Amino acid sequence: MTKDDTAWIGLTLTGARPRTVAALYRYFRNLDLAEEAFQEASLRAIKTWPKKGPPRDPVAWLILVGRNSGIDTVRRTSRFTELPDESRISDTSDAESSIVDRIDESHYRDDILRLMFVCCHRDLPATQQIALALRIVSGLSVKQIARAFLVSEAAMEQRITRAKARIAKSGTNFETPDAVERSERVGAVAAMAYLVFNEGYSTAGEREETRNVLCEEAIRLGRLLLGLFPAEPELMGLLALMLIQHSRHAARFDDDGHIVLLDRQNRTLWDHALIAEGLALIDKAMRHRRPGVFQIQAAIAALHARAIRPEDTDWVGIELLYRTLETIQPSPVITLNRAVAVSKTEGPEAALELIEPLGSALGDYFYFHGLRGGLLKDLGRLDEARTAFDMAIALANTSAEAVHIRAHLDELGSVATS
Amino acid sequence: MLYAILCYNDEAAVGGWSKEHDDKIMADLLAVQKPLVEAGKMGPVARLMPTTAATTLRKTAGEPLVLDGPFAETKEQFLGFYVIDAESLEEVVQVVRDLSEANPGMGSYEIRPVRDFFPGAAKT
Repeated sequence: MTKDDTAWIGLTLTGARPRTVAALYRYFRNLDLAEEAFQEASLRAIKTWPKKGPPRDPVAWLILVGRNSGIDTVRRTSRFTELPDESRISDTSDAESSIVDRIDESHYRDDILRLMFVCCHRDLPATQQIALALRIVSGLSVKQIARAFLVSEAAMEQRITRAKARIAKSGTNFETPDAVERSERVGAVAAMAYLVFNEGYSTAGEREETRNVLCEEAIRLGRLLLGLFPAEPELMGLLALMLIQHSRHAARFDDDGHIVLLDRQNRTLWDHALIAEGLALIDKAMRHRRPGVFQIQAAIAALHARAIRPEDTDWVGIELLYRTLETIQPSPVITLNRAVAVSKTEGPEAALELIEPLGSALGDYFYFHGLRGGLLKDLGRLDEARTAFDMAIALANTSAEAVHIRAHLDELGSVATS
Repeated sequence: MLYAILCYNDEAAVGGWSKEHDDKIMADLLAVQKPLVEAGKMGPVARLMPTTAATTLRKTAGEPLVLDGPFAETKEQFLGFYVIDAESLEEVVQVVRDLSEANPGMGSYEIRPVRDFFPGAAKT
């Protein structure tokens, strides 16, 4: 059998991972044990499936085998642990899958939600939540995660171990959550998935392949979540937002890794399959008439995506959507974004007027000075523009951002000397 | 006779395909279709978006219910279909074998003879 013929096993294991680890976590109530058990079951799958063919229900198979091997581990490490009935556990036949179904089917939604939710522990800083989710739910290797965060493998290993210890210490609620608790969990997990996405999106130019991985994993988490709660419009909005943002990944940076702004991107490089799926999800979400921040942001992204040429962009619609977003979730960053729309609909002067009061709140925000510099430049106030761009460069988070601003400064230089 | 080939697979696994893997599978599947297209035997083909994009309308005694998601929660999802013109079931089974070799792993294909066929007029 060629290597290619077994690629599907890896993909099946990846797809089955959240569901399987989640069930094993409820069973063993220990993250490390659940992960090890899944690992062991995966190894057996790689050995058995090519010979015997895939089981009818890979998840049930993996849960059974994982449970079996986990019990062995527990038995080796403790003589005092009470063991479940052996006769119910076997990995050789499909017949037992009905037992697993009975035990797990009714719980799987809350199982997966719980597994995702433990990663959003409020004591953990955002970067640790992201790392933990990528490790536990997505199953990325510590090496892959370390590369995405530009830290050493040892440092990342330590970070994840510490985060896990924090979770174990504070204890996980294994009771079935009530409706209020469940909806709170969904909200927290959705926010965490978007954190993962932004971690990948905001610095995608730096090391493209590894960063794209984060965006793709976030999209996968979004799909998983919406699959669990298919009638939740904010989850449709979240997935749509991520799909549409990610659809531009091939156009957002040039060959040298420099940022290409939206209105200069080669729109034929956009992934139109992702856009189409995003638009379909927004359509579905709108039927619920329960707007939320993800849906509105997705709608904004959609208006950009629908424009075949930059000049076709519906800036009036975008301004309106930002206005709505401002009322739901007032924030200077949203006002800043609205100012971009205002600069298109009413001109740079109105936009500048809108952002001047934000100086105290956004004084150390790269985009604030970048936008302010751009507006001042458009108004011909070149010295002030230069000062603003200098501030922006000092605050740039990535070299791509700095290069982008430097290009503006260069243009200013040529204006001054010509 | 016309046959519909309905493709089922676990979309969680299919959704995990990398762009390269996806492109390769699509190219391999296209290679299977090519001689059929040339022989005038290939009808419409569709690859569907994930079931998270699906909406179900269920008839009731009164107003139909419009629900989010697919009709049924199953381990394998309906992901796409082919329509082909074949002389015999044997011929269709061979095509499906070729398709499944081009896309190895899990999943299944349901072969259903078509009763009425309306080619329609929709363009992409």
